Amino acid sequence: MNSIVTALPGKIASVFTRLDSPYLNGGQQLAVKYFSVATVLFFAQLLFGLLAAIQFVAPGFLFGWLDFSVNRMVHINAMVVWLLYGFIGSVYWFLEEESGTEIAGLKLGNIAFYVLTGAVTIVVLVYLLIQTGPGKDSTIWFINEGREYIEAPRWADFGIVAVMLVFFYNVAGTFMKGRWSGISGVLTLDLIALAGLYCAGMFYLTNITADQFWWWWVIHLWVEATWEVLVGCIMAWSLMHLIGARRKIVQTWLYIEVALMFGSGILGLGHHYFWIGTPDYWFSIGGFFSALEPIPLVAMVVHSVYDAGVHQFKSRNHPALAWIIAHTFGNFLGAGVWGFMHTLPQINLYTHGTQWSASHGHLAFFGAYATINIAFFYMAVQKWRGNVWMGGELPGNGWKWKWAMALLNIGVLGMTVALLIAGYEQSFIERAVEGSTWSGYFSAQNHPWFQQAMHWRLLFGLITIAGLVLLIWDLMTIGKGETRPALQLSEA
Amino acid sequence: MGQTTPAWASEARWKKIAIWVTAGSFVLLVFLTFDTLSKVSVGGERVRAYSVINKEIDYRYDEKQKRFAPVIGKDAPLFGQALSEEEAEKLVMLGKKTTQAKNCMNCHTLLGNGAYYAPDLTKAWLDPGWIDAANRENLMLAFLKDPAGNARSFGSGRRMPNLGITDEEAHGVVAFLKWMSAIDTNGFPNNFKTLNTKE
Repeated sequence: MNSIVTALPGKIASVFTRLDSPYLNGGQQLAVKYFSVATVLFFAQLLFGLLAAIQFVAPGFLFGWLDFSVNRMVHINAMVVWLLYGFIGSVYWFLEEESGTEIAGLKLGNIAFYVLTGAVTIVVLVYLLIQTGPGKDSTIWFINEGREYIEAPRWADFGIVAVMLVFFYNVAGTFMKGRWSGISGVLTLDLIALAGLYCAGMFYLTNITADQFWWWWVIHLWVEATWEVLVGCIMAWSLMHLIGARRKIVQTWLYIEVALMFGSGILGLGHHYFWIGTPDYWFSIGGFFSALEPIPLVAMVVHSVYDAGVHQFKSRNHPALAWIIAHTFGNFLGAGVWGFMHTLPQINLYTHGTQWSASHGHLAFFGAYATINIAFFYMAVQKWRGNVWMGGELPGNGWKWKWAMALLNIGVLGMTVALLIAGYEQSFIERAVEGSTWSGYFSAQNHPWFQQAMHWRLLFGLITIAGLVLLIWDLMTIGKGETRPALQLSEA
Repeated sequence: MGQTTPAWASEARWKKIAIWVTAGSFVLLVFLTFDTLSKVSVGGERVRAYSVINKEIDYRYDEKQKRFAPVIGKDAPLFGQALSEEEAEKLVMLGKKTTQAKNCMNCHTLLGNGAYYAPDLTKAWLDPGWIDAANRENLMLAFLKDPAGNARSFGSGRRMPNLGITDEEAHGVVAFLKWMSAIDTNGFPNNFKTLNTKE
């Protein structure tokens, strides 16, 4: 028994070493490990989302075994973690090329990867098998913190911070050793903010108003500020790599985006402070700045489409470029338009705490973040196979990537619209007509409009999963046996 | 392409703008954070002292503010026993920790935040579903300790699972819900008729 346990780390490591490819640099080997775990967690996100969606139409399903609260928690946690894995992987991917030198601490980076993956596995197993605990600090430390999105118990928080520090050391250390650029400067400063903000979610408060105040510092300032800037950096590098966009142009855009993103997003935090007990001056601050939040996202659409057009859509990697374009539109629609639609306090009084938020959440997280990670998966697999051809004229006309993309986008958009209809219905019936009592809540939940929306959401959820299965199949096979080298781009 | 870049599009200029805008916004946020935290400290007008659970709490339309606001009334000790501020804090803390430990937020919303599978708990203490103030405490305790057996599904088929909430924890949760219902949430939820209004 003992020998099995001691041999386990080696065995696990050997699984991941099989992902190594002679065509990759050190940072890229590490990135592939992150991408592979990200894909597994992406699948877990959809699977547990499916269970939760089924419970909306059949409430008895898995009752007492895997209740809605558990499935929903794993659904959103798997999402947060796989997106972070994707971002970390993407940064490790371009670190050596962007800095012009070898990664500062590859060994440390590998250890951090195994520590993080081990911690994530334990956290998920505890979520599924232990689920809840007594109302004591020990539960918050070892089982579940019970705060949406950052449910990970406190011990895991420290692990996450330690791993983020290693990641930060690798990023800053590598650029210091090599060369700095506009992209790397923005990236490094953004990572300081990203790691620092996580600490705002690491303490217990009985005062729920103050508790939610700090909780939003983490959630909002991550997803509506620092994550957006992080994907701005990733997109800037991707456009240079994919279509040969000029560094000067993408970096100027990056600075414009940072100015607009942080200029609107930092104080846009105020839109979470309308109803939690905080002073009502947040109505004006939150309303005004969050109304500006879509502007940088419009800039990103213009930037990517214009640049791709200037280069006649000639790219080294068609699937990746297509997903980058999907990212800019998805980010604009999901985060920008869907966010704006219910952000002003005059409408938010009725939409707050309804499926409106779920609708916005689905399209925004997918459009802004899942898409760009998928683009990176394609860039990674291209080089992993020996920097092979991934332009037009792929075998079978590239039907797998095209269908995977279509199914995923149709699936998510369908869920978004279904949830939006449910949200409209709740805003009217539960909030406006019935004044948000429990009986009002259930009148809205029992209404045929709501019920139909939940069935449609389930159907489109299944389409999304079909898209992911096809995507994984494509990632495992695309470029296999390809003999043509990748398109060479002259920087113009 | 290739012509001289106009000044408004220069990389160096946008870099400066990005730095100044970010720094300025962050400084403003820090200032507002200090101000907000001082205004939402426990015992103030917005977030009441924990001992507010010794009082009658209602939620009514405020003509002056043109929105709904909590109203603190006469003495009405929770479970029939007036508590000191320290005792009340201890009880509310147990309730708050229990709501976290039982992962309430992944079905319910609190102050409108959370998941949307079960009703909002912001004004749960005042919900007309408890019918009258006299039986409310006992109904709430019984429900929390055996939610599946005392299901309040309103015809939806959804039930709260048994989460192993102890008697002590249930008392804490009720205290926490009563205290939370007294928070001034700027009129959210709008047009909410409490069980007192119904009477």
